[in-house]
Amino acid sequence: MSVHLVTSSYNAIGVLDLQGGVCEHVDHLQRLDLPYQRVKQSEDFDHLAGLIIPGGESTCLGRLLHIFGLKDVILRHHHRGMKIWGTCAGAILLADKIVGEAPCLSLIDMEIERNSFGSQLDSFKTEGIMEAVSDQPIPLTFIRAPKIHSVGNHVNVLLRMDDYIAAAENAGVLVTVFHPELTGCLELHRYFALKCGLVGAGTTSSAVNPNWNHSSWMKLARIAS
Amino acid sequence: MDAKRYELNVQLAQMLKGGVIMDVTNVEQAKIAEEAGAVAVMALERVPSDIRKDGGVARMSDPEMITEIKKAVTIPVMAKARIGHFVEAQLLEALRIDYIDESEVLTPADEECHIDKTKFSIPFVCGARNLGEALRRISEGAAMIRTKGEAGTGNVVEAVRHMRAMNREIRQLAQMPVEEITGFAKTNALPYELALKVKELGRLPVVNFAAGGLATPADAALMMQLGCDGVFVGSGIFKSADPAKRARAIVKATAYFNDPQKILEASMGLGEAMPGLEIGQIPAEQILSKRGW
Repeated sequence: MSVHLVTSSYNAIGVLDLQGGVCEHVDHLQRLDLPYQRVKQSEDFDHLAGLIIPGGESTCLGRLLHIFGLKDVILRHHHRGMKIWGTCAGAILLADKIVGEAPCLSLIDMEIERNSFGSQLDSFKTEGIMEAVSDQPIPLTFIRAPKIHSVGNHVNVLLRMDDYIAAAENAGVLVTVFHPELTGCLELHRYFALKCGLVGAGTTSSAVNPNWNHSSWMKLARIAS
Repeated sequence: MDAKRYELNVQLAQMLKGGVIMDVTNVEQAKIAEEAGAVAVMALERVPSDIRKDGGVARMSDPEMITEIKKAVTIPVMAKARIGHFVEAQLLEALRIDYIDESEVLTPADEECHIDKTKFSIPFVCGARNLGEALRRISEGAAMIRTKGEAGTGNVVEAVRHMRAMNREIRQLAQMPVEEITGFAKTNALPYELALKVKELGRLPVVNFAAGGLATPADAALMMQLGCDGVFVGSGIFKSADPAKRARAIVKATAYFNDPQKILEASMGLGEAMPGLEIGQIPAEQILSKRGW
């Protein structure tokens, strides 16, 4: 577990480390010089200002959260103020309505549908402007993505695409159905950090970090030292 | 496959990291696997241990059966094509499943050529016994690699051998001066550019899962601790006494692979594992991992 710069009680961002795109999020947090922690035991959540639930398979993540009692731990810490950002599978776990199945954490008033575009052959990349995050277009990667069909009154839509919502937030929760951690865009991580009361390093002059590439996450998963 | 499509295919495999991909032969098993927390299912007519027992030619599964499984679950569905059988791969692409496994578990259709995977939009995972085999498959367009192991045996020894071989060669490359790589690549039949990439990254340039002979939660955690990104379990689940319980236990042990206490809890009261086979007792012509090169 790597923790650094823990100076006040809640100032690290946790990445839920059970399954999925964990290294990819950690890479982005490192680039912004944000204190981070990979979390998988209940005591790991104690110092978190925010938690990222990464992309992966939502049924797998949901089952593991349930079996190991982490669901209640997350709800408890959210209640004391820990913000949560769910990407793709993470967004599904946070929704209070999932088409055809029971919700998991139920922390944001929206209806989401799993794997709503079709098979892997329907996965795609595009670009979009999220005014709350950056005035420049940011790269958007959708992998077997869900669609948010509707949101409630206290939920703010951050990005609307053709017939669905791709990003939204309420006071304590951010959801994106795409994967900023699979692109060179650090702006969503910067935005989430601010939501948690933390400030990422560097400037926002470019929406895409030129030093990032598709293999960047692999420095966190090396075989040879 | 254009570069963007290939990236998306590699990235789908990234989203499977830390997960368990389970062999299933019908809708009921697919639902058990999904409910247990599998990150994907491999739809096939017979699990490897039955293919081994039945003998004869093993081919791509009935497309109707694959379609039924696809309808029954929302997690990714994979299916196997024979090594070199590019028309079976075309059919699986037309079926719009999520990943094709060009697999030595089926009877090879071509003993000289693997499928040219760059011609497809759909992603491929391929088996490998060592770094050279892995990099040759990647140069043909594979977006994900798995160890071959020895499927259908319930014996993890070959998966360990293959993973250790890859790791050893990766470590050798990482420490090697660049001028020695040409010779190393020639000796081990490595594509040179990919060898340079492995040296830089200190690992395979795509996600690498363990497969072939895993039967217990401890087997899954062993492969994860050896550096795999996730695991496939074939016969090990649905040939055991209590498949649902074992499936859940292997999912837990894979997520908490570094936590002996949690693996121990997961290993309690699972009932009989699948019957195991000693590799030395298998006639040479029935060794599946020697198929392909």
